[in-house]
Amino acid sequence: MTATTQTAAPPTTGVGPARAHPWRAGWVRRAPLLPALVFLIVVTQLPFVATLVISFMNWNALYPDQRRFTGFANYRAVLTDAGLRSSIVTTVVLTVAVVLVSLVLGLLLALLMDRTFRGRGVVRTLLIAPFLVVPVAAALLWKHALYNPEYGLLNGLLTDVWRLFGGHHPPQPDWITQLPKTAVVAALVWQWTPFMMLILLAGLQSRDPGTVEAARVDGAGAWQGFRYLTLPHLRRYLELGALLGSIYIVQNFDAVFTITSGGLGTANLPYTIYQTFYQAHDYGRASAAGVVVVIASIIIATFALRVVSSLFREEVTR
Amino acid sequence: MSKARYFAPFAVLLLIAGCSGAGGGGGGGSAKVVNVLMVNNPQMVDLQKLTADNFTKQTGIKVNYTVLPENDVRDKISQEFSSQAGQYDVATISNYEVPFYAKNGWLYPLDDFVKSDTAFDQNDILAPMRESLTADDGKLYGEPFYGESSFLMYRKDVFAAKGLTVPANPTWQQVADLAAKADGAQPGMKGICLRGQPGWGEVMAPLTTAVNTFGGTWFTKDWQAQLTGTGFTDATNFYVNLVREHGEAGAPQAGFTECLNNFEQGKVAMWYDATSAAGSLEASGSPVAGKVGYAQAPVVRTTSAGWLYTWAWGIEKASKHAPDAWKFVAWASSKDYENLVGKQLGWARVPAGKRASTYQNPDYQQAAAAFYQQTQQAISAADPRNPGTQPRPTIGIQFVDIPEFTDLGTKVSQFISSAIAGQLTVASALSQGQALAAQVGSKYQGK
Repeated sequence: MTATTQTAAPPTTGVGPARAHPWRAGWVRRAPLLPALVFLIVVTQLPFVATLVISFMNWNALYPDQRRFTGFANYRAVLTDAGLRSSIVTTVVLTVAVVLVSLVLGLLLALLMDRTFRGRGVVRTLLIAPFLVVPVAAALLWKHALYNPEYGLLNGLLTDVWRLFGGHHPPQPDWITQLPKTAVVAALVWQWTPFMMLILLAGLQSRDPGTVEAARVDGAGAWQGFRYLTLPHLRRYLELGALLGSIYIVQNFDAVFTITSGGLGTANLPYTIYQTFYQAHDYGRASAAGVVVVIASIIIATFALRVVSSLFREEVTR
Repeated sequence: MSKARYFAPFAVLLLIAGCSGAGGGGGGGSAKVVNVLMVNNPQMVDLQKLTADNFTKQTGIKVNYTVLPENDVRDKISQEFSSQAGQYDVATISNYEVPFYAKNGWLYPLDDFVKSDTAFDQNDILAPMRESLTADDGKLYGEPFYGESSFLMYRKDVFAAKGLTVPANPTWQQVADLAAKADGAQPGMKGICLRGQPGWGEVMAPLTTAVNTFGGTWFTKDWQAQLTGTGFTDATNFYVNLVREHGEAGAPQAGFTECLNNFEQGKVAMWYDATSAAGSLEASGSPVAGKVGYAQAPVVRTTSAGWLYTWAWGIEKASKHAPDAWKFVAWASSKDYENLVGKQLGWARVPAGKRASTYQNPDYQQAAAAFYQQTQQAISAADPRNPGTQPRPTIGIQFVDIPEFTDLGTKVSQFISSAIAGQLTVASALSQGQALAAQVGSKYQGK
C-alpha cells in the first residue's frame, strides 16, 4: 500500500513555454497536485513512520512505566513466534485458494454473462450482490444462517433432501468444525467471485468482434476459439484480477474473526496482529509484525510484478 | 496540544452553563460536570436515559457519557487510564482490570468516600464483590454496577419426563451422567451446552471454574505454570470429553450467544453459564420461560465453583472532579437507583447481582422468582482470593489477574477449541499452553 505513492510523482519532461523557466514552470504545473500529495503523505507515510518507530519500542499499554526503546527485540520475538509463522502459512493458503477458485468461477460466470439472453441485467445485478454485502455481515450470515449445524440452511437442506427420498437420519455435518479452512474459503469465494466476474466480463467485452468472427470463418470451434483467442486476450485481466484479489484477501479479517474466532488453525496474519494489539496490548510487537508484513508484501509484490505480470512488462517496452 | 487551549472552549461552555443556571433561579454553582466512559450494555443505556431527570436534577452535576462497544471501550479505557489524561473522571472497568489498574496507580481509592457516605451503605454490597474490587494494598478501587456468577440451568420438563432430578449442588460427574441420559430426550436435543469458542472470556471462563474445582490452577503461589498438572489435565479432559460426547453441535464456535440460542430453541437440556442468562431465559417471549430450573455450578473438590464478574465504576486518579465523580458512582450503584429502574423500566431490568438488599426486595423477588435465590447464593459463595484447592499468586476465579492473561488465555483457548474439534489431543493442547504460561510465569517469578 505504501509503495504506491512513488507513482504519484508527476512527469518531469518539460515542453513548450516551460523552456524559458523550466524549474519554475515545472512547479507551476505540479502545484495543483501538491495538496493531493501532501494528503497522501500525511495519511499513508506518517502513520507508517510512526509504526516503524513504535516497532523498536517496548510499549505495552498495561505497563506504561516500562515504555522505552529496545532495538530489535520485537523483531526477534516476531520472527521466532511459532503462532505468527503458522499464521503466515494460513494467510498464503487462504489467499491462494480464494483467488484461484473465485477466478475460475468468475471466468465461467463471465463467459455466461457475455451471451445475450432475456433478463441479463437482472441476473448480472443478482450475481454482483454478494460483493456489495458488508464483509462482516456476510461472515455472520455464513456462520449462523448457513454453517450452523443446528439451524443452518445447509443442514436444513440436507434434511429436506433426505426426507424427499424417505430417509430419517440425514447426515448433519458440523461444517466449520470439520472443515474450518474450507468454510472460511467458501465464504470468501462467494464474496469475491463477483469481483473477478466483473473484471473478466470487461475483458471479454473488449475483444475485437472481427477477430472472433474471422476465427469462426476459418473453422475454429468453440473450444479452439476460447483456448487460442479468448484466453490469451484475457491474460492481463486474469492477472489484474489475481493481483487485486490477492491484495484485498491477504488483508481479510472479518471472515476469520467472525466465523472461527481464529480457532482451528484459521488465524491469519491480520487476525494475529489484531490479537497482539488488542488482547496482548503489545503495541511494539504488533507494529513489528506489521512492518515485517509490509516488507514481505513489497518483496513479493515487486517479484510478482516484475516476473509474472505482462501488464507492466508491456508498459516498460512500449 | 496545550492544556489551556484544550480547556478554553470548555471554560466558555461552563460560563454559559453557569449563566443559564443563575438565570433559571437555581443558583448553587450548577457548573459541575462529570465525564463518564462506559460500555454499551443495556443496563448502561438505561442509566444514560435516567441521568438527566434524576441525578442532574438532584445534584446539579451534569454527566457527559461516552458509550462504546466492549472491545473498543476496553482499549480506550486502557489508553486513557495509562496516560492519565484526565479526560474522563469515571469509567466502567471489570473486576479483571481493577486490581492491576490499582497497582499501576491509575485509580482513585474510594475508602474515604465510602466511610463518609453512610447512605451508600457499603456493607450492603455482597462480600465477594467488595473483595474482588479491592487491590493487593487493601484499598477499595471500584463500586459494582451489576454483577454475575455462573450456575447450571436445566430444563425441568425434560428431566421430569425422564424421572430424573437435578441436585441443587451437583458434582461434575452427576452433570455428565445427567447429560448422557438427557441426550436425545427430544428429537435433536443434546445433553448440555458448554462454551467451546476461543477467547479468554469464552471457553476459558467455564473451563477455568472446572479446573479450580478439579484441584488444578493456572499458576502456583510462586508462579509455576500448572497447565500440564493433574488438576488442569483432569478438568480439561472431562470438559472436552463431555462436550464431544453429549455437548451441543458446533461446539468449537459456540460462545454465550450460541448457547443461549441452543438452550432457548430446545437443542440442549442443560447449560452451564453466566447467571445473567436467566434474565433472558425467563423474559416474556422466551420459549423456555417457566420451564427452567437453576442449580449451583458443578463441583468436584471445592464446595462452590461459580465465577465472579462485575462491571464496576472506577474513578481515574488524575480526575479533577473526584468528589463529584463519587456522587455519580454512589448514585448509579445505590439502592435508590435500583428502585428507580424497577419502578420506571421494570424490575427485570434492574442492574442486580451486587447488593444483598436487592434480593430482599419483594418486587425484585417476584420478578426474578425462578432464579434470584440461586443467583444470590452463587455470587455470595464465590471466593475470588481462594477459588481452588491451593494458594494463588493473585486474585481471580475464572481468570488470573495479570495483564498478560487476555493474551495467554486466548491463545490457550484456541488449543482447547481445537481439542474440542478433535484436531488436537487434550495432552498436546495443554503442553502447548504450558509453554506459553511458563513464559508469562517467568516474568513474575522472584518479583
